[in-house]
Amino acid sequence: MEEIIKTKDIVKLYVMGTEELYALKGVSMTIHKNEYVAIMGPSGSGKSTLMNIIGCLDTPTSGAYDLNGQNVSEMDDNELATVRNKEIGFVFQTFNLLPRSNALHNVELPLIYSGISRSIRIEMAEQALLNVGLQDRMTHKPNELSGGQRQRVAIARALVNNPSIILADEPTGNLDSKTGDEIMELFDNLHSLGNTIILVTHEDFIAEHAHRVIKLRDGLIETDKVTDKGLKYQNKAVVTA
Amino acid sequence: MNFFTEIKEAVIISLNSIRANKVRSFLATLGIVIGIMTVTILQTAIEGINTAFEKSISAVGADVLYIQKFEWFGKDDWDVYRNRRDITWQDYELFSENMNNAESICPTVGSAGLVTYQDFTSENIPVFGTTEEYQKTLGLDVDEGRFFTKRESDGGWGVCVIGYDIKDSFFQGVDPIGKVIQVNGHNFKIIGTYEKMGSMLGLFSLDNRIIIPINKFFKIFGTRRSLTINVKAPTVEALEDTKEEVRSVMKRARRIPIGGKDDFGVNQQEAFKQTYESLTGLIKTIGTAITLLSLIVGSIGIANIMFVSVKERTKEIGIRKAIGAKRVTIMLQFLIEAVTICVVGGIVGLMIAFPLSLVINAVLLPTVMPLWVVVLALVISAFAGIVAGFFPALSASKLDPVDALRYE
Repeated sequence: MEEIIKTKDIVKLYVMGTEELYALKGVSMTIHKNEYVAIMGPSGSGKSTLMNIIGCLDTPTSGAYDLNGQNVSEMDDNELATVRNKEIGFVFQTFNLLPRSNALHNVELPLIYSGISRSIRIEMAEQALLNVGLQDRMTHKPNELSGGQRQRVAIARALVNNPSIILADEPTGNLDSKTGDEIMELFDNLHSLGNTIILVTHEDFIAEHAHRVIKLRDGLIETDKVTDKGLKYQNKAVVTA
Repeated sequence: MNFFTEIKEAVIISLNSIRANKVRSFLATLGIVIGIMTVTILQTAIEGINTAFEKSISAVGADVLYIQKFEWFGKDDWDVYRNRRDITWQDYELFSENMNNAESICPTVGSAGLVTYQDFTSENIPVFGTTEEYQKTLGLDVDEGRFFTKRESDGGWGVCVIGYDIKDSFFQGVDPIGKVIQVNGHNFKIIGTYEKMGSMLGLFSLDNRIIIPINKFFKIFGTRRSLTINVKAPTVEALEDTKEEVRSVMKRARRIPIGGKDDFGVNQQEAFKQTYESLTGLIKTIGTAITLLSLIVGSIGIANIMFVSVKERTKEIGIRKAIGAKRVTIMLQFLIEAVTICVVGGIVGLMIAFPLSLVINAVLLPTVMPLWVVVLALVISAFAGIVAGFFPALSASKLDPVDALRYE
């Protein structure tokens, strides 16, 4: 399978006054197309830092990061913005929708920044909302939507530009368990449609949805295992092949 | 990213944000509103006064020199001019005999008279005595009838030419030509009327005058009044040369030794213009200062509110950056927001200034609002927006997406 993410010895150093803090001490990993990965770890393990670097919101202090064949570890702000726009679909714990814009406009936003013309933009955004089951809520503003619906809008926004990866940071953290399950089903479904999904979480039952779990501790990869679900999926793939 | 889409998106965002913070936006833009209002009203007033001035000044011919005891806008005390010798008929005769390069010359002398026609009487009507050369020298447009001739002037005949207001108030609907009026009890046959001229700078009317032969004037009002000698130069370009000749000829006529000081003034339209320009220059300077001041204060207000807006929307900036907005896009968004607030303020300022200028026009001064003033006002407010928005927009564009997303 095609390599989407390839990191080598990623180090992230924070300097606060005289104190030096290594958030990541050399992380190397490879994630292929259509993988379903959970990155886990207790707070302070470096998982947020890793997520920021994978999501191109931040750059490593040292080490190499190739995203879909591009070396992003040495890109400047503007190039990173373009990569985020084209390659990455973010889903956040707090949804992070624009409060004054309706669902359609929120989903349209990444397309505006890619310079796609209005008519095509609206068509694509409507399709993305349809895919997450919100065709009846397009003109609603975030405060007129339930938590689950808001997260669906955020997922539609993440999907609309056909990114290489979907990067979800505690996507069910602000939802009740029933709604959380529905959102996780949506992710499972998106994976089965061929998307590459990376979940960042500290909840085991969320990580269970993934096919591979990478555990971080103190800025290093502690374990990197294929889950039972992943094994079944692989076997099924072998059987059907 | 398509630049036009970017601008359009930014304008929509900023209008939404203005709508969401109506009171705050209104207060922030107040300085701009006042600034634009001042500059607009000032410009309409100056334009109005200019237009009125141009109209009035044409009554004072550009190619005419006015020799008088007084100097227009003279720098000396009033006494200095008052104590000068009067300009007499003899001065005029000597002067006009020796003056070679003048198109035409006429003397004028004026007083106020009591005018009667049948049952109507009016006091304090300006009565001017002059010669047949008046029409040519000062460019009077005769409307009906004719001006008086040399024979009538020299002979001091009882004939007169009247202005529009006189005709209007004494002869409503009746043809005044051939009618006889009394000036201080003396009979005058009306032989002509002249075209409406309007007023001088809005101060006094030029249409309520009665013009009579100078020899008749002397008989009624006496000869102890100082004359004005009006000299028309061959061309406007020759005015300065003519002025030189006028000075030397007049000196000889008044027997002033060579090198002696003039005891008369040679006045011209230029003096009006200079005084007028220094006056409007002063108004402009003061007005510009007030405008600048209120625009600076206004810009500081906008800058302040933009900093608050950036701070408040840190999270939004983080979201936009995470989704792919570049620095320049964020910068543009906030710059356009500042410009939009200022331009809206400018439009409000204009909307207040326009009716106000109409009120001023009705009660105080003539005002005119040309299109360029409107355009200028909007350009100034947009500029104020760019200046005010620059640093807040820059700080927004420089926000780190990770920090901005974490901001609550």
